[in-house]
Amino acid sequence: MAEKNMVEAVRDAMSEEMERDPRVIVLGEDVANGGVFRATQGLLDEFGPDRCIDTPLAESAIVGVAIGASLNGVIPIAEIQFADFIHPAMDQIVSEAARLRYRSNGGWGCPITIRAPYGAGIHGGPYHSQSVEAIYGHVPGLKVVCVATPYDAKGLLKSAIRDPDPVLFLEHKRAYRLHRWDVPDEDYTIPIGEAEVKRDGKDISLITYGMMLHHALKAAETVEAEDGISAEVIDLRTISPLDKETILKSVEKTGKALVVYEDNLTGGFGAEVAAIIAQEAFDFLDGPVTRVASPDVPIAPYAGVLEEYVLPNPAKIASAIRDLAAY
Amino acid sequence: MVSVRESPGGLGLTGDQLMDMLYKMMLARAIGQRVRMLNRMGKVPFAVTGEGQEAAQVGTAYALAPGKDWVVPYYRDIGVVLVIGQTPRDLLLEALARGESVSSGGRNMPSHFSDPKLRIVSGAAVVATQIVHAVGTAFASKLRGLDEVSMVWFGDGATSEGDCHEAMNFAGIHGLPVVFVCEHNQYAISVPWTKQMAVENVSVRAQGYGFPGVTVDGNDVLAVYGSAREAVDRARRGEGPTFIEAKTYRLVPHTSDDDDRRYRSREEVEKWAKKDPIIRFQAYLQEHGLLDAKERDDLAMKVAEEVDAATEYAENAPLPDPESALKHVFAEEKGR
Ligand SMILES: Cc1ncc(C[n+]2csc(CCOP(=O)(O)OP(=O)(O)O)c2C)c(N)n1
Repeated sequence: MAEKNMVEAVRDAMSEEMERDPRVIVLGEDVANGGVFRATQGLLDEFGPDRCIDTPLAESAIVGVAIGASLNGVIPIAEIQFADFIHPAMDQIVSEAARLRYRSNGGWGCPITIRAPYGAGIHGGPYHSQSVEAIYGHVPGLKVVCVATPYDAKGLLKSAIRDPDPVLFLEHKRAYRLHRWDVPDEDYTIPIGEAEVKRDGKDISLITYGMMLHHALKAAETVEAEDGISAEVIDLRTISPLDKETILKSVEKTGKALVVYEDNLTGGFGAEVAAIIAQEAFDFLDGPVTRVASPDVPIAPYAGVLEEYVLPNPAKIASAIRDLAAY
Repeated sequence: MVSVRESPGGLGLTGDQLMDMLYKMMLARAIGQRVRMLNRMGKVPFAVTGEGQEAAQVGTAYALAPGKDWVVPYYRDIGVVLVIGQTPRDLLLEALARGESVSSGGRNMPSHFSDPKLRIVSGAAVVATQIVHAVGTAFASKLRGLDEVSMVWFGDGATSEGDCHEAMNFAGIHGLPVVFVCEHNQYAISVPWTKQMAVENVSVRAQGYGFPGVTVDGNDVLAVYGSAREAVDRARRGEGPTFIEAKTYRLVPHTSDDDDRRYRSREEVEKWAKKDPIIRFQAYLQEHGLLDAKERDDLAMKVAEEVDAATEYAENAPLPDPESALKHVFAEEKGR
């Protein structure tokens, strides 16, 4: 066991998987030099230029070549430098990777992992801050993971690499160096599609993922200390497939659901979570299913005051908890 | 323009192989015609076929080693998949969207070929995305040190897409064993090639990616084969990609939903019908004493019988089980 930050955990997962399975390669922009977030640091030295490959600056080709290679016995980890720049590859992800198994009636599979740092809170402006999980979470045939802790990152990335289907692996970049938490040195995996209760509580369920997990945990501490409200915090970790059971079990216990996400409100992934709760836990609800999210502006404006203004934070979440708890 | 009008032995093809090429071209033609007929009969909601492009398809595919090399076709390539090993039955099952169709079990539109055993990679309807996949299969062949070539087919319109550029650039950088085949049939639906590119021969673009491009008479199956043979041999020797532009013409509307009278004259179509690649190849074989009129008619009869038998089989084959629509989203049937 050693203390690692999330970016180190991501690197360890890749390095260990490349060691374990010679079919695994990493490709993307600047990956040979360690990548702009240093997530591929050392992989070139360890595994050589045939397994840690700098691509041309062409996102559609990064994903499209990964798809083709995956049909021919290679297990690619494609890095998209920032999730904001994944859009040129959307066609390859949505039309190709995600549909390949289905459209070939199970004849072909596409075992690729697409890693992308995502999320706001680092003064990244409108093009280094985007949350793209709702866009891709809508797509059948694609698994979407959102990680925000070192332990989850390592275990889930290993599962993604070993998965027979395409996985979009979103790493919240604000969480990359936020903490140094214990991460086992040995091999372990966390199943894709399992949420985790990160904090037990009995009065209200906070359902969240990504950087909002950390904000929700802080808010939960605050309301516990100041208002005596006991909030349960669920980290979805995987957006698709979604772990409905864990969500519903918690809401059935607390009767109150607060869905927290960083993306702008309308059509965000939390809307799907809210719909599921409204439909499937209706009999247990003791208040309106409520969302805390950013306002409907491009996420996120650059200036610190603007960014702070739009993004949810522990204070905004705490205030929503108090309102809902009092309902 | 390369034109290989050598003696039949000049390309290293035997008389049997030449006859087989003709047979595959005629079979492709007959299947295309059949599928369009089934469409007019109301049995197939949509038909997209490639009559007129058989030389470009059969001539290129013939240079590959079926089952070993990677085949990434587009929706006109009935001739390609026949050469690689799909049967009339496979194609009719697919056109009629039957459950046992190997391509997609009724999930994809007709002419979206797939056959994992034959390494025919499933395609989307999205123009040009497949070009990148062929670069990916070739990249894997190179990384793994495997003696495989990837070949990918697309139209002249597809060369305008960003994916075509991204694919060729990637292939050039890594010197990959991939052959790009542009079936230049002069139209992308109604848009003429002159609105697609500002160059006479799109093959010149290959130079900008660091590998050779050739333009060939796409209605001359031996000329096509000659350039494909050279490209495949180059790729196998580890000398990298080649771009082949086969100038040809689609003799039929774009799809069953298209009326080509709106954008091209009947005179133009007639002119190209006179350059029909099948008639040309038959004349060539007759000239060289490899085919007589009776053999030609016997072959036409055999093709017709095979297509009839395949149609009958496919029409009687069961439709997909409706509940199969929920399968194969992911590897394990857990659903979402
Ligand atoms: C990305 C994309 N845009 C538009 C279409 C609609 N479309 C289908 S075929 C086609 C023309 C393709 O022309 P070309 O590549 O020259 O091939 P051809 O059909 O002539 O053989 C178009 C525009 C599509 N399928 N995909």
